[in-house]
Amino acid sequence: MARGVSKRVLPGFGLSLGFTLAYLSLIVLIPLSAVFIKASTMTGPEFWQAVASPRVVASYKLTFGASLLAAAINVVFGLILAWGLTRYTFPGHRIVDALIDLPFALPTAVAGIALTAIYAKNGWIGSLLEPLGIKIAFGPPGVLVALVFIGLPFVVRTVQPILEDLDAEFEEASASLGATRWQSFTRVVFPTILPPLLTGFALAFARAVGEYGSVIFIAGNIPMVSEITPLIIITKLEQYDYRGATAVAAVMLVISFILLLVVNGLQAWSAKRTGRAL
Amino acid sequence: MAAVAATIDTRVHGAGRFEANPATRDSVWVKVLVLGLGITYFAVFLLLPLIVVFVEAFRKGVDTYFAALVEPDALSAVRLTLLAASIAVPLNLLFGLAAAWAVAKFQFPGKNLLITLIDLPFSVSPVVAGLIYVLVFGLQGWFGHWLGEHNIKIIFAVPAIVLATIFVTFPFIARELIPLMQAQGRDEEEAAISLGATGLQTFWRVTIPNVKWALLYGVILCNARAMGEFGAVSVVSGHIRGETNTMPLHVEILYNEYQFAAAFAVASLLALLALVTLALKTYVEWRAHRPIAEEQSV
Repeated sequence: MARGVSKRVLPGFGLSLGFTLAYLSLIVLIPLSAVFIKASTMTGPEFWQAVASPRVVASYKLTFGASLLAAAINVVFGLILAWGLTRYTFPGHRIVDALIDLPFALPTAVAGIALTAIYAKNGWIGSLLEPLGIKIAFGPPGVLVALVFIGLPFVVRTVQPILEDLDAEFEEASASLGATRWQSFTRVVFPTILPPLLTGFALAFARAVGEYGSVIFIAGNIPMVSEITPLIIITKLEQYDYRGATAVAAVMLVISFILLLVVNGLQAWSAKRTGRAL
Repeated sequence: MAAVAATIDTRVHGAGRFEANPATRDSVWVKVLVLGLGITYFAVFLLLPLIVVFVEAFRKGVDTYFAALVEPDALSAVRLTLLAASIAVPLNLLFGLAAAWAVAKFQFPGKNLLITLIDLPFSVSPVVAGLIYVLVFGLQGWFGHWLGEHNIKIIFAVPAIVLATIFVTFPFIARELIPLMQAQGRDEEEAAISLGATGLQTFWRVTIPNVKWALLYGVILCNARAMGEFGAVSVVSGHIRGETNTMPLHVEILYNEYQFAAAFAVASLLALLALVTLALKTYVEWRAHRPIAEEQSV
């Protein structure tokens, strides 16, 4: 009894947990369940037709392919940027560090029209690529560019704190044992930052799969070619095909949940390996 | 990403430490290569889009720029954006404090599940976030019939815009507060209570001062997303000019009407908001991690 009392010395447990659960249910859980409840009223063939028609399948391929590629690009350059920011002093360090988070802060519609203006054939970069026969805006490469932009901060921000915390002792030890800098990096540093790198990759991928605002301006949205899955949902809604939109949304939600579990698992692994929470 | 404020250390000082140590110092050409690649990537993918927004906004001159901002539809979009954020941010702040208090100060079964569920809105596509409210409140939705009979408009009206904004910004403040308050434990609050403070006094005088920077950090990020949300709001807005258009939606309409200079003018306001957000965020990170001695001497 005495233990029970000391556990609940602080007031407000019922109130705070009650409010938390009520708010969570009203805003998130009950509305989200509407997707599955509505989808469950569909017959098997009806559902299958909505989520597996050729146009929808083409959108999955584009969405997942471009998201994977964008996340992979951001792993490479995110690591380079995180390394540069933690290991080197250079002029403008603070500004670069602060602006890394721009894709989190800049509204996606703004990013979308800005990227389109850059990569359209009369744009700053588009006009340079046009003579080479490379077309970026209004096609799948445009989707990739937008997803690279919005995923950029994830890997940098997961790897950077781990690199900062990495004790110089480990590299000193490997150097004193005769390792070259490259060997120290691949054998000592890299295994430590692998979990956060993968976490960053998964976060960037998960974000890219659901992304809408920055992509639709630059994608051109050509059915079967450059139409992303979130846009399929919007298109179905605009045609008053609520059931079809819901079916595709259910597929996306299930994928989101799986990705959330993967990210949580990676973060737990990362915390264990590096001794700190992300 | 959880508790960025709580985990970011003394970055700038850190870099010099590694360069001074022969065991962690890279050769000059490695540094040039890494910084060359990194800064180029940074410039092309981050800096360039930011610059383009302002260049395009002023392409047709300063007069066109300001005309696009004071036009009635633009002003109404600004008002709606401010309204949605001014409802969503305080509600999510209240939720963040309640959730963090429950999770950090008490033991109960299912706590980890609760923390995962709080993060859920971040992994849901904004388009799906909009759709769920259509399914609940739309004409064909659960309450559509009842709402229609009572002449209450939620979808394609302001309430749905506010709801969608709340959804997409739901976890921001909670996820900053929870890890920090968990790390701080409950010793200080218990001491305050045992010295005779009431629950509210303890909360205002002990808990809030301890988490103020993380709280501010969460509010800043929450606000930026609330004002900038596009996908979720786009699904539920109905795009009625002057009525249900937020700033990002207004940008889209102008852009699709080929009024590029006007679209970028409104976009430049949102880009400015993003820059202010980043500046505040950097300031808060710096304040939150200043050594205590320094804090006291100021």
